[in-house]
Amino acid sequence: MKRKAVLFLVAFVVWCLLNWPPDWQHLLAGVFVAAFCAFMTGDLFVTRPHMLKHPLRYWHFLFSYLPRFFWECLKANVDVAWRVAHPRLPINPGIVKIKTSLKTDTALTFLANSITLTPGTLTVDIDKDKGVLYVHWIDVKDKDTKKATQIIAERFEKILRKIFE
Amino acid sequence: MNELIGLIFISLGLAFDVFGCLGLVRLPDVYNRLQAATKCVTLGTASILFGTFLIVGFTAAGFKAILCMLFLLLTSPVAAHAIARGAHRSGVKLWEKSVIDRYKEDKEGEA
Repeated sequence: MKRKAVLFLVAFVVWCLLNWPPDWQHLLAGVFVAAFCAFMTGDLFVTRPHMLKHPLRYWHFLFSYLPRFFWECLKANVDVAWRVAHPRLPINPGIVKIKTSLKTDTALTFLANSITLTPGTLTVDIDKDKGVLYVHWIDVKDKDTKKATQIIAERFEKILRKIFE
Repeated sequence: MNELIGLIFISLGLAFDVFGCLGLVRLPDVYNRLQAATKCVTLGTASILFGTFLIVGFTAAGFKAILCMLFLLLTSPVAAHAIARGAHRSGVKLWEKSVIDRYKEDKEGEA
């Protein structure tokens, strides 16, 4: 029930923002639409509702994950733009394997997405049971699993563990 | 003032989008092209939307721009991930000068 309530609230807020400025007909329709969404997909969206109650997690998300993410994202863009514009195309691509100790679905999803949006790396596949991610790297600096993990994943792992585990 | 900052964001976004498209043309294989497409096009488009939000402010269009930005940041890496995985599974080869392919090694080990 709690899960569905969370999804209902999120869906309703998104609906309100899409139908700005609010007016009672839109709000009424929104209640029905959000309730339908919550009824159909409520069990998939939030699997552990008690995790939403810790204010410290939001704090870490807003003030240590987001700035980090945007900074890395900007660096990624400048890096790729430089490689593309360079006349000799300085790329050295390959798929490497990295290990992660994160366990939960949300944390793994965020890790994979962050890796995709950061300099030169793109997640190809996840093996959840072994805790292994396969990452396409545009400029392979080290083929060894341990060292690649250090370079690619560590900057996010620590922060994500505080937020999602 | 807001309009000026918004225009700066929009021009930056356009520049990144141009680099993304250039990458699509110049880079050698699917995976490298996906790199250029996801990174540059995601941040470029997000930056254009943010510039729009700064110019129009908290109006109907502004809120929609912010929502689009959120969904874009959430979904575009997932799409890239799905395309890359699908391409690899259906046998698209890496560029011949690629240095290593651990994914293929592991898959062959299983089979």
